Amino acid sequence: MQLVLDDEQRQLRSAVRDLLADHNDVRSVVDGDARYDRGLWRRMAELGLTGLVVPEELGGAGAGHVERCVVLEELGRALAAVPFLASAVLAADALTALGDTEVLPALAAGEQVGAVALSGVTATERDGGWVLDGCAPFVLSGDVAEVFVVHTPAGWFVTAEGHRRALTTLDPTRGQAKLEFSAAPARRLEHADPGAVLERVRDLAAVALAAEQVGGIAKVLDTIVGYAKVRVQFGRAIGSYQAVKHACAELYSTSERAGSLLRYAAWAADHDPDALPLAAATAQAFTGPAYFRAAATGLQLHGGIGYTWEHDAHLYYKRAKSSELLFGTPAEQWARLADRLERVP
Amino acid sequence: MTGFREKVRAWLAANVPGDEELATAKRFQAALHDAGLAGITWPTEYGGQGLTAAEQQIFDQEAAHYDLPTSVFRIGMGMCGPTILDLGTAGQKARYIRPLLRGEEIWCQLFSEPGAGSDVASLQTRAVRDGDSWVVNGQKVWTTVAHLADFGALLARTDPDVPKHQGLTMFLIDMHAPGVTVRPLTDMTGRAPFNEVYFADLRLPAGAVLGQVGGGWPAAVTMLGHERVSIGGFVRIRHDPLAHANLAETARRYGRDRDPVVRVELAKLYAAERALALFNARLRQEAEAGSPPGARGSVAKLAGAQLRQQAVAVAGLIAGPHAIAWDPDDAAGDELALAINQTPSSSIAGGTDQIQRTIIGDRILGLPREPVADRDVPFRELRVGTQRPA
Ligand SMILES: Cc1cc2nc3c(=O)[nH]c(=O)nc-3n(C[C@H](O)[C@H](O)[C@H](O)COP(=O)(O)OP(=O)(O)OC[C@H]3O[C@@H](n4cnc5c(N)ncnc54)[C@H](O)[C@@H]3O)c2cc1C
Repeated sequence: MQLVLDDEQRQLRSAVRDLLADHNDVRSVVDGDARYDRGLWRRMAELGLTGLVVPEELGGAGAGHVERCVVLEELGRALAAVPFLASAVLAADALTALGDTEVLPALAAGEQVGAVALSGVTATERDGGWVLDGCAPFVLSGDVAEVFVVHTPAGWFVTAEGHRRALTTLDPTRGQAKLEFSAAPARRLEHADPGAVLERVRDLAAVALAAEQVGGIAKVLDTIVGYAKVRVQFGRAIGSYQAVKHACAELYSTSERAGSLLRYAAWAADHDPDALPLAAATAQAFTGPAYFRAAATGLQLHGGIGYTWEHDAHLYYKRAKSSELLFGTPAEQWARLADRLERVP
Repeated sequence: MTGFREKVRAWLAANVPGDEELATAKRFQAALHDAGLAGITWPTEYGGQGLTAAEQQIFDQEAAHYDLPTSVFRIGMGMCGPTILDLGTAGQKARYIRPLLRGEEIWCQLFSEPGAGSDVASLQTRAVRDGDSWVVNGQKVWTTVAHLADFGALLARTDPDVPKHQGLTMFLIDMHAPGVTVRPLTDMTGRAPFNEVYFADLRLPAGAVLGQVGGGWPAAVTMLGHERVSIGGFVRIRHDPLAHANLAETARRYGRDRDPVVRVELAKLYAAERALALFNARLRQEAEAGSPPGARGSVAKLAGAQLRQQAVAVAGLIAGPHAIAWDPDDAAGDELALAINQTPSSSIAGGTDQIQRTIIGDRILGLPREPVADRDVPFRELRVGTQRPA
């Protein structure tokens, strides 16, 4: 078990951090009309980040989940408005697990954006092919995706034919759409155990989201600690008040523990598949609510300035609440963890 | 009492308008006053109804079933008006109270500055005496409804050579006077309910002083006391998506009402909501019997903010994915998101949660205060905000 990044992983982290320092433009999405940060996405593709864990023979970088989590932490830190979680995590993981070779190279190269619909859709065989019907109500980045990977009771499919309606979202940095299929032609992705693929996709997504959340917590912590050192009220820096200092200390403790759960889960994804389900559920159940608490605390400790549109505190608040509910409510995450615990021998 | 309740009920049913346009709001407030339902506990001499907390409570209970379009009057009704009644001269009361109650004039509270929020007594806006008048220069921030306000209660420094609490004076100012510039600020919900307000050689007559020259701090404490009670006691059930009754309804709509976790969390929320509502009612009855709430308003203010946070968590459990993404045509989605996004303001505006806890500890429980760095130092020598005073 490896809980500390090696030199190469640290280099990756600083490369991504530099990239984001120069090219991250969240405000073009929050304040402008862009649905995602295309400039940043293109540069990420050029660096091979969009296909990080995709095998090299399929156009990816063949790296591990630890590396991908390093990238996700940075994306979460910077609130990057790119469809990485949908395309380079959910869709790429599903297609990788399903052994697809047709769509994956385009996703890995960042030429196409993928999204995944996990429920609400059924598939029927017709004229030697397959068609999809139904409605997936909440598809992450479904508003910008060009290709959809769809899970149905009859297995997995890929299609570009869905009708989408972009939803309004709490988090202005990440879109969702309602996807409707009506006799939409789709290609079937054969697999002996489609249910196992679904579980693997969900586990990896839980870890990936936790990585973003851990990055967000770290950024919230850095920002508020910096501010608490310079903001003076009653003749003292506010960080000298126990009410503020202890809240920062709690945040730090949360950040360290969530980061540790994450490192283990990412390591398990690469090296110990049997341990992944429990590790992923633990990381997500712990980190989801922790990030929202952290973001709300960070905003609170900024006072009035934190409540303004101009300050980024609200973007973290909205991202954190949204992420906390993205793959199920906290109650559902804890229930998932409880189930996993019962399965441990 | 039943007569009063029936009257309130019938009047509200017939008169509450559907929109929150300013003109509608003003017409509604005037009608409310004409009906004898504005300023229920305020003295009749200045346009109030001279009734008791019991009638006020009946009104609040009945009004909770509606969305009254009166939010632009809240600072005037909840804070400036009561403070003028406490501290104003007969002339000031005669001039300001009736138009305020009738919704003819809107008020704002000009306390906070970029460098002085929690520590509002360290504010830097100066009012310098010039013969019979005062000349004001400086900047305020986070001033709710300043862009619509006709008058404001301004806290300014009139003597920088004494410790910070002693050199302040409260003024009643005309927001349309030359020398006042208002710039709206966008909040995290994307709306602009508050403002920056700049003063450049604003001239005030001697009669603009509320209370005593140099008595700005006690005047501010009086107003903040009213503010806390007013914020803590503000209940809006009908369209508040975070109210227990509405969340319970949402749970039924999404088929989550039999979920054991949701049931327990809703029950906890109900208990917290009732505890606060009844605490507020008790404060009002005590005030009626002659003991004003004083610092206990901070309990209501803090508990109110915590209740919002608790409700946001419960809303997430109930609405799940619907809380974070919804069809653009679905107004319920917009309303819930707005409520989630407004929640942080409850813990900041009107004094932060941290400050309320300190007030409860210091002023109610009499616990020893933290050592203070700046109490006896002349204001001139202090470091404030993220800058040094001019
Ligand atoms: C929506 C909204 C509406 C508002 N409307 C008005 C208005 O109409 N008029 C007006 O005058 N003001 C208004 N305000 C301003 C509000 O009163 C201040 O924002 C608030 O008092 C906090 O001050 P600050 O923003 O300067 O934060 P700061 O005082 O800088 O506080 C930053 C953080 O430090 C903490 N802190 C500060 N001192 C201490 C201490 N001694 N011990 C422990 N913790 C401490 C605070 O709790 C906070 O978490 C409004 C604010 C908001 C958000």
